[in-house]
Amino acid sequence: MSAAATVMATDAGAHAKFVYVLRLADASLILGQQLGALIGHSPAIEQDLGLANISLDLIGQARLLLTYAGEIEGANRDEDQLAFLRSESEFYNPTLVEQPNTDFAFVIARQLLMDAWQLELYDQLAQGTDTRLAEIAAKSLKETKYHFGYSADWAIRLGDGTEESHQRMQRALDALWPYTYELFDPDEIDLEISRAGIAGDLSSVRQNWDRRVNEVLEQATLKRPENRFYSWYGKRGQHSEHLGRVLAEMQYLQRTYPGAQW
Amino acid sequence: MYTQALDQLSKEHEHTPQIDEGELNARFQQRIDNEERIEPKDWMPDAYRLTLIRQISQHAHSEVVGMLPEGNWITRAPTLKRKAILIAKVQDEGGHGAYLYSAAETLGVSREHLIGQLLAGSAKYSSIFNYPTLTWADVGAIGWLVDGAAIMNQIPLCRCSYGPYARAMVRICKEESFHQRQGYEIMITLARGTPEQKRMAQEALNRWWWPALMMFGPSDADSKHSAQSMRWKIKRFSNDELRQKFVDFTVPQAEYLGLTIPDPDLRWDEETQHYRFGEINWTEFQEVLKGNGPCNRDRMAARRRAHEEGRWVREAAQAYAEKQRKRAADNSLKVEVVS
Repeated sequence: MSAAATVMATDAGAHAKFVYVLRLADASLILGQQLGALIGHSPAIEQDLGLANISLDLIGQARLLLTYAGEIEGANRDEDQLAFLRSESEFYNPTLVEQPNTDFAFVIARQLLMDAWQLELYDQLAQGTDTRLAEIAAKSLKETKYHFGYSADWAIRLGDGTEESHQRMQRALDALWPYTYELFDPDEIDLEISRAGIAGDLSSVRQNWDRRVNEVLEQATLKRPENRFYSWYGKRGQHSEHLGRVLAEMQYLQRTYPGAQW
Repeated sequence: MYTQALDQLSKEHEHTPQIDEGELNARFQQRIDNEERIEPKDWMPDAYRLTLIRQISQHAHSEVVGMLPEGNWITRAPTLKRKAILIAKVQDEGGHGAYLYSAAETLGVSREHLIGQLLAGSAKYSSIFNYPTLTWADVGAIGWLVDGAAIMNQIPLCRCSYGPYARAMVRICKEESFHQRQGYEIMITLARGTPEQKRMAQEALNRWWWPALMMFGPSDADSKHSAQSMRWKIKRFSNDELRQKFVDFTVPQAEYLGLTIPDPDLRWDEETQHYRFGEINWTEFQEVLKGNGPCNRDRMAARRRAHEEGRWVREAAQAYAEKQRKRAADNSLKVEVVS
């Protein structure tokens, strides 16, 4: 940590920390949920196994993070109450992860953009001042390195595979690119967390993300899309239409039978 | 990547000079009787090979199709812990499928060819997966009853005469036993839950009990492959023996749950020390086998859709691998020119 950051370090408020940890948790939860829907339906058994692995890791991360968020909040909400009994606007995942499994190219493009982001974020958090978050991040970082290897490999294979796979991959990338803007656009919560030394600032995440993603796109012979005008802010609870359906499915049993133990 | 050559049964297996077929057969049976393991390169009768290809590939297909009914609940699992366990379980099934296709390949047939048979509808898979998972309790019932029945069937296969199959089964059985426990644990939770959950559990038992008994196959009198498979020690117990063992094992578990087995004829027989149970509906069994079960069409449609929609991905992977090989070859050529 730089001297300037040390001097400026202040404790993050419980609200900022709660929302921030939920952002991380929801990113993993919704992405894990989306991958879960593909198991048994992917292009070959090996992909079923690979996507199941990643999905399992992400659900595992979400459980640790949600439990921690519940403790910060201090309102006795456990991982399941937070996962199954919040509504759309109380979910703070980046809008990118709720985008649908349109085809395998979308799945891989979404995964690549998220893996590269989580890789940098977890790396920072693992060195940050919040011990609990640092531990969760260190564990998650190992998993994310594997995820990034998987998505980068597939992005390259599909980009540099056949004419059809190249087109599909480019189409997915173009469609998903607008959702990446919020990943690097800090708001008050991000700034407060950064000032407390829990995470670094998002501009440094952006630099490394750019480098990693550009490398993969180049090898994959894919064109980096231009940034577009409209920005999404799922991390503030402003989602696309897709999240509602994802949650309706995910939360169905808990909502239908309130108070039951499973 | 699977080559065509794998699809052709090796000629040297078919004709070994000097020793006649009868003698080879006798020696083969002697090895089986001595409890020796048969390995891929050993001589074996064509019928033994074909029986194993049929059985192992059906088993592999069952694992892969079996991912669907439970996979149906991954996105709706009621807690994150249950979701994680279910994902791991469905993943295990995919792993078993891959593992079993590999075991079948040691007999000279490719996975691609076998999957082609499944998609064309000419290969069978376990009928049980043609029943629907309508509630979360079905996930519990599948673990408890279907995996429970699978274990009964599969534990003897760990001693099957064909080495690669036997070894695959050792690993698979360990995982199945974990699956069975997690299924029963779901049932315990539901049976002790709200009245609605208890009803859900009872209805799931009603749905899965008879199909689970059918998993052991036709009764011994009607089982066309059984006798020869027993002689070859591919099979160690008869269908009816295993089915009885399953009933004896499972009835007390249902009692512990406070659930009722949907069989008015079920009763304990002091004399034989076994449960007696009612007649299985063999017409239903035959109809489901023929493709007329509640979910046969859905299951095959899902497998075909995944295969078709994944075609461009598999083609891309192959094209990329070829490009890489060509690049590597070009590079080594350049190195030679430079040096």
